[in-house]
Amino acid sequence: MSLAAKEKWRKRVVALLRTVLLIGIAYVILLPLIYRLSTALMSIEDLYDQSVRWIPRNPTLRNFRLVWEHMEYPRAFMRSLFLTALTSALQLITCSMVGYGLARFRFPGSKLIFGLAIFTLIIPPQLIMTPTYLSFRFFDFLGLLKGRSLNLIGTYWPFILMSLTGTGFRCGLYIFIMRQFFRGMPKELEEAAYIDGAGPFAAFWRVMIPGAVPGLITTFLFSFVWQWNDYLYVTTFMAGRNFLPQALEGAASRVAKAIDEADALASTSGFLDDHFYSLINNAGMLLVILPLLILYVFLQRYFVESVERTGIVG
Amino acid sequence: MKRKRRPMAFAHRQKLVGFLFTVPFLVGFIFLFAVPFYQAVVISFSDLVLTPETFELQWKGWANYGYALQVHPEFSKTFTEVLVKLATELPMIIGFSFFAATILNSDFRGRTFVRTLFFLPVILSAGVVLKMEMKDYAQIMVTHLQQSAPFFGGAAVQSFFDAARFPAGMVDYVADAIQALPTVIRASGVQILIFLAGLQSIPREVYEAASVEGATGWERFWLITFPMMGPLILVNIIYTIIDSFTAMNNKLVDLIRETMLRGAGYGVSMAMAMIYFAAIGLVLLAVFGLLSRRGFYHV
Repeated sequence: MSLAAKEKWRKRVVALLRTVLLIGIAYVILLPLIYRLSTALMSIEDLYDQSVRWIPRNPTLRNFRLVWEHMEYPRAFMRSLFLTALTSALQLITCSMVGYGLARFRFPGSKLIFGLAIFTLIIPPQLIMTPTYLSFRFFDFLGLLKGRSLNLIGTYWPFILMSLTGTGFRCGLYIFIMRQFFRGMPKELEEAAYIDGAGPFAAFWRVMIPGAVPGLITTFLFSFVWQWNDYLYVTTFMAGRNFLPQALEGAASRVAKAIDEADALASTSGFLDDHFYSLINNAGMLLVILPLLILYVFLQRYFVESVERTGIVG
Repeated sequence: MKRKRRPMAFAHRQKLVGFLFTVPFLVGFIFLFAVPFYQAVVISFSDLVLTPETFELQWKGWANYGYALQVHPEFSKTFTEVLVKLATELPMIIGFSFFAATILNSDFRGRTFVRTLFFLPVILSAGVVLKMEMKDYAQIMVTHLQQSAPFFGGAAVQSFFDAARFPAGMVDYVADAIQALPTVIRASGVQILIFLAGLQSIPREVYEAASVEGATGWERFWLITFPMMGPLILVNIIYTIIDSFTAMNNKLVDLIRETMLRGAGYGVSMAMAMIYFAAIGLVLLAVFGLLSRRGFYHV
C-alpha cells in the first residue's frame, strides 16, 4: 500500500473511533435529561408497569399541569427572574471593575487583593453562612445603629450588598475571569483614550467595557446560571418565600396533599408516594431548567468561543 | 522641571485609581467575608442562643469538635466517604476532561454542536436540581440502569482483568472507575472548557516545527502538549476539589446544614464546617506542594 493510502485509512479509523466515542459520551450526558422528560410525561400506571421503560404508554401532561399549578410557576418564575437578573447585573458591574483594577494597575497590595479574591473561592459558602445570616438578621450598619438593628432577612438587600461588594456566590471566579480578559486586551486602547483626555473611569467605561463584551457575556452566563440554580443563598436569606427552588422543593408534597384530599387512589402507601413524587419532581425540574436551556441555546456561541479565545486562561 | 514631575504624578494617581477600582471588593471582603469567617470560628467554640433582639454566645472550648468527631452518629462516616469519593473521582475527572478537550480541539464536522453538548452539564447539574436528583426515585433508577448496562459492562471488564492477573487493587479501581463514569463525565464541563482554552493557546507553528524535525504524533503530544498544559492541570485539580466540596449533592454539606437547622445546633454545625475546611485546606496544600516540587508548575 502506498503511504498516502495508508494515511487515508488511518484518518478514517481515527474518525470512526472518535464518532463512536462521542456518541457514547453524548448518550451519558443526555440520558438523565431524556429519562427525566419521559418520566415527567408518564402517568402513574406507567411508572408501575415494568414493561414500560422509555416511552410512556399513556403519555400525559397532567404532571406538568399539577406542578405548574402548585409551584405557582408564573409567580415563582418572575420572582426568580428578578432576583437572578438583579444579582447577575450587579455582580457583573462589580467584578468587571475589580478585575480591571487588578489587571491594569500595580499598586501596593494589588497582588494581595487578587489572592484574597481567589481565597473567597476556596472557602465553601456553607462555612460562613450562619454568621452571614446573623449579620443580616441583626444588621446595624457596622455598629452605627447602636443597639437597634434591622432585619434584612426576607428582603433583597443581602443579595444586593453581597453582589455590589463582589462577595456573592463564586464572585471570586468572575473577578478572575474578567482580570484575565482585560489583561489580554491591548494597552494601546486606553493610552489612546488618555491622550484624548479621558480619565481612567471614562476610559474603562467607554473603551474597555465595549471591547470586553464576550468576556462579560461569559461572566453573565455563569453568574446567571449559578444564581438561578442556587439553593443555599435563596433558602437562607429568603426562607419561606416562594422562589423557584423553594417552589420545586415543596411542590411534590403539596400536590400529593391536594390529591390525597380529592382522590384516595393515588396515595395508598409510602412506596407509592416515592413514585408519585418522582413524576412531579421530574416535571418540576424540567420547568426550572427550561429557561436556562433556552438562554444557553441563544448565548452558547459566545460562551464556548469567548472562553476558548481569551476568557479563563490568559 | 514641570515636565519631569508630571509622569510621577500620573504614576501616583494611577496607583490610587487602581486601588479605587478594587475598593468595593475590599470592603466586601472585610465585612461580608473576613468578619463572618472569624465569627464562624468563634461560634464553633461556643453555644449559640438566639433571642428576638440579638444572639448570645457561651464559650464551650473544644466540646463541639469532640461531639462532632466522637459522638455524632454520621459525621465521621460521611466525612471519610466524601474524601474517598473525591480521591477516586479526581484523577478520572482530570484525565477525562484532558482527553475530551483533545478530541474537541481536533477538526471534524459537527464540532460546534458537540461542544455545546459537552458543556450542557454545567447548566443541567448544578444547585437545586442536583439536590433534588439526589433523592429522586427515577434518577436513582437511571443511575442503576447505567451501571448495570452492558455498554459499561462492569462484570465483563472485571473478569477480563481477573483473567489477565492484574493486582486486585487495580482491578477494583478500574471497576469503580467504570461505575463512576457517568458522574465523572457530568462533572467535567468547566474543566474541559479550561483545557480547551489552553490547547487553543498553543501556537500552531510549534507543532509544525516539530513535524518538520520529524517528531511523531505521540512525541508531539508528550513533548509539546503535555508540558504546555501543566499549569492548567493544577488549575483544574483545584477547581475540581473546590467544586466537589461546595456542590449541593455533597453529603457532608447536607449533613452540616441539617445539623444547623434540625440537629445538634449552630455550634456543632460550625465545628463540622471547620473540620471540613481544614481538610480542604490540607488537600489543597498537599496538591500544591506535590506538584510545585516536581517543577510541574511554573507561575
